[in-house]
Amino acid sequence: MKVVILGCGRSGASLALQLAAMNHQVTVIEKSPESLRRLGKTYPCRIVLGNGLDLDTLEKADIKDCNAFFAMTRGDNTNLMAAQIVQRNFRIERVAVKVADPLRAEAYRKLGLFTINAAALLAGMCRDWLLGEEFKPIDHYNVDGVEVEL
Amino acid sequence: MSYYVIIVGGGNVGIQLAKRLIARGHETVLLEKDSRQAQKLGNLLGDEHIVYGDGCDILVQKAAGFKRADIVVSVTGEDEDNLICCQLAKEVWGVNRVVARVNDPAHEAIFREIGIDDTVSATGIIFSLIDQQISSDELVPVGHLHKGHVEIVESTLGEKSRLIGQAVRDITLPQGSFIAYVFRNGAGMQVNGDTIFETGDMVVAMVPTARAEELRSVFADIA
Repeated sequence: MKVVILGCGRSGASLALQLAAMNHQVTVIEKSPESLRRLGKTYPCRIVLGNGLDLDTLEKADIKDCNAFFAMTRGDNTNLMAAQIVQRNFRIERVAVKVADPLRAEAYRKLGLFTINAAALLAGMCRDWLLGEEFKPIDHYNVDGVEVEL
Repeated sequence: MSYYVIIVGGGNVGIQLAKRLIARGHETVLLEKDSRQAQKLGNLLGDEHIVYGDGCDILVQKAAGFKRADIVVSVTGEDEDNLICCQLAKEVWGVNRVVARVNDPAHEAIFREIGIDDTVSATGIIFSLIDQQISSDELVPVGHLHKGHVEIVESTLGEKSRLIGQAVRDITLPQGSFIAYVFRNGAGMQVNGDTIFETGDMVVAMVPTARAEELRSVFADIA
């Protein structure tokens, strides 16, 4: 598969390395060259240096030909904006957005984005590990359970 | 009529905006996520006008009263924050009127696609001011109405303008446009069909944005 990953932080880099190890074609978009150290000495993927909110940068990453786009920076708003730019400008089969704030993740899930809330995911998996339960599909863990009365 | 206005981002733009709105008697709250800056703003504008917190955090939004806000204005220096703040205001809280500052004019498209029609771009405004300075001849855009569908333009008529000596009733304007006002010798005058254009007139017109080019040829100089 052809995959574009925005953000070379811990989660973005790890995803890039894992997919590249399985011979998928990965392109990483990152604005600070320093972060690229997370990909090791010889990068197993293409690198595009730039701002993921710029159409130019996204096009340089050949986004229009990819199967999946992951917005994985540490900025929730950057991720949500980038994912919406990608969704509205290109036809990508799968767009996933890392959102650290559970309430924002939930709000945008309701608006139709596939948001991933790492805290809820981790907590749910810990819970099932503790209770000796089998691991389940991602949607099962992705919900925080905290309801806020609006 | 008094509105409840929430401003997100306590930088220069936010502060000036808050000052004016408070002076006009609108119920105004300014959200700032940096605690020190929030404290400074409290001393400047009064603590009752400041909420400390992230304007994109739904809990902060709840505490600030987004639900009953008439207008939410997001004017931080980051486009992604302004976009998400306004989108949440619309989608989660049902705020009817949202206004966003857009720092990078290239981002205006995504704001519009998402349904945030009221955007303000300082870069865009300064650029059009520069445009006004350097385009001496013809039509200068001075503003937009109706979400950018209508343009307000001005033109100072030179000796060679094909309008000189003509009456308003005799010129053919593009559909949907009209001459709104004429400034002559430094004073404004109302326009009717009998008004005859003179050299040096500064003419203000309204035109559907799609037809601005047609209007340009009406104002053009005689070749």
